Amino acid sequence: MTSAIHAAPPDDLAAAEEFVATGGDWDEIAEELARRKEERIVVNMGPQHPSTHGVLRLILEMDGETVVETRVGLGFLHTGIEKTMEYRTWAQGSALATRMDYVASIMNEAGYCLAVEKLAGITDRIPERAQVIRVLMMELARVSSHLVCLGSAGNELGGTTLMTIAFREREQVLRFFEMVTGQRMNNAYLRPGGVAQDLPPGALDWLKGVYMSMVRGMDDFDNMVMMNPIWRSRTVGIGVLNLAACMALGITGPMVRATGLPLDLRKDKPYSGYENYDFEVCTADTSDVYGRYLVRSNEMRESMKIIAQCVDKLEAMGPGPVMIEDPAIAWPAKLEIGPDGQGQSAAHVKEIMSQSMESLIHHFKLVTEGFRVPAGQAFHAIEHAKGVYGVHVVSDGGTRPYRVHVREPSYNNLQSMAMLCNGGTISDVVVCLASIDPVMGGVDR
Amino acid sequence: MTDTPIPESLPLEATQDLTQAPSAGPEVTEVRHGAFGVRGTGDTSGFGGLARTVEIPGSSPRPYGGWFDAAVDTLVEDLRGIGLAEALEKVVVDRGELTLFVRREHLTEVARLLRDDQDLRFELSLGVNGVHYPADKGRELHAVYHLMSVTHGRRVLRLEVTAPDADPNVPSLVSVYPTQDWHERETYDMFGIVFVGHPALARILLPNDWVGHPQRKDYPLGGVDVQFKGAVTPPPDRRRSYS
Repeated sequence: MTSAIHAAPPDDLAAAEEFVATGGDWDEIAEELARRKEERIVVNMGPQHPSTHGVLRLILEMDGETVVETRVGLGFLHTGIEKTMEYRTWAQGSALATRMDYVASIMNEAGYCLAVEKLAGITDRIPERAQVIRVLMMELARVSSHLVCLGSAGNELGGTTLMTIAFREREQVLRFFEMVTGQRMNNAYLRPGGVAQDLPPGALDWLKGVYMSMVRGMDDFDNMVMMNPIWRSRTVGIGVLNLAACMALGITGPMVRATGLPLDLRKDKPYSGYENYDFEVCTADTSDVYGRYLVRSNEMRESMKIIAQCVDKLEAMGPGPVMIEDPAIAWPAKLEIGPDGQGQSAAHVKEIMSQSMESLIHHFKLVTEGFRVPAGQAFHAIEHAKGVYGVHVVSDGGTRPYRVHVREPSYNNLQSMAMLCNGGTISDVVVCLASIDPVMGGVDR
Repeated sequence: MTDTPIPESLPLEATQDLTQAPSAGPEVTEVRHGAFGVRGTGDTSGFGGLARTVEIPGSSPRPYGGWFDAAVDTLVEDLRGIGLAEALEKVVVDRGELTLFVRREHLTEVARLLRDDQDLRFELSLGVNGVHYPADKGRELHAVYHLMSVTHGRRVLRLEVTAPDADPNVPSLVSVYPTQDWHERETYDMFGIVFVGHPALARILLPNDWVGHPQRKDYPLGGVDVQFKGAVTPPPDRRRSYS
């Protein structure tokens, strides 16, 4: 029961006493509170609390069990990604954007790359194969993100099995990402102009091999929770946020679709060829936590449908370029598996090192200096797993972004915490937070 | 939605400054000299004589194309209705996007019209972003808003207001779009743009006692030298760059 390391409280609160609980030592606190007959307390939850999805601080003013006021403290994971981007080339920005919402990292890259391509005026010149690979990777990222959301929500409600099921299926996605990009997360696979390299041989067959088991895993999850009385009693009618509130607070993604509005930019303003795929926009009409999970659960299945269509398309179209055919933007070097298992294309190395001085200069300039993007600004919004992900890029005509700003859906949706929690009980705070599905890497950037 | 052009009979002052202005062409915001960002050392390379102008797209001529003309006409008509014909500074159409430059003192009214007019209905605000142009004297700070119309096909429109460094005040849009709350706090945090009328304009990502606004161009990136085998690599903002 020692006082924590906090700044001195204001005068009128000087008499208030602080308690620090880090484990199960609640008895003493409860006894002390009972002795004082004080009902109104302020609970500081986080920033390191397993259910705050990263490092989020919630300051809850409680009257008994009821939350009277919710305040949110942010910024613990602020790393200045947007500022750093201004000191890196346009192509390197992809590796920074991917670190924002690290649970759906491919989607961050997609938003960034599409905005840069719009600014550079090359949107229509992205090769077909790259477009399909992008959609495939984005939908896998959506599945992965929703699985993390559902699994960790289940875990927070006390169902560890739910988490193990969800993370088991997510593992398949991450394995595929590792196979294709070399990394499980933070892939930097989508680049302005296309994707870093083509799918390795056998990757699609591997994906087809795990496809049905992933769908079955989703069914397992659904069967376990969606009609489960405990799950329903914890989620139905909890954290209601209707359409008017969603519009006022700028809420997008599964949260707004749970109010019945089919706001999905994949359908409304298709990008990367989403108009060529057959899928439904999933909605619910309950506006509550249950509806949000229902939307996510159904959306994963729709994503699996898109993934199957992508696989068919890729197999039908055969090999082809995956990067724009523009020597001013695309790197001249192709990666190739060398004798040591990695490396540049031997033919390219031979060309620049012993045949063409101009090729060497071009290679050097493009890699060190980067390509130029005409001055101006562009905004591109995509349907991220969490909502509308808008990227605003500004160029001064140079080889580095003048300014990149990301309208992060997690950051925006987290604003609804007070509206979701106030008047509810403290046990629902965790449920409401999980239903927003914030990822603090994206919130704080 | 009305597609009719602005009638000729309107008083001159209502028409002259609006969207009938001919294209002004690209605007030069900055001229940079030299190469590689090297300053203050004796230039022996000969690149010191290089000059590069930074040109951003200027005011666009009619027709703007697509739904832009009708939307701008509707807004202009609505602005006349409340006697604020001068609120719109210029209209820029670039890369298929519509940007309305609004005089900052009228931003709230313009946003309210964009939200409420049944032919506009930009109900969903996608936040605000700041951009710092230190070379654009008197207009150093830009606040850029993206609005989406859920009613009319998810179309997106950009509002831009400018403020000088010496007077970084921009009206808050929280009263029109409550979602602006955290976005304006972030932009204040990062750029020091003061959103007048915000209910609690405090820093959000950085600690309250932080000094400076990191996204401004005069704020250094920071970092330390890194030594590799005796050679020292400076942090990114002190390496040579291609201006």
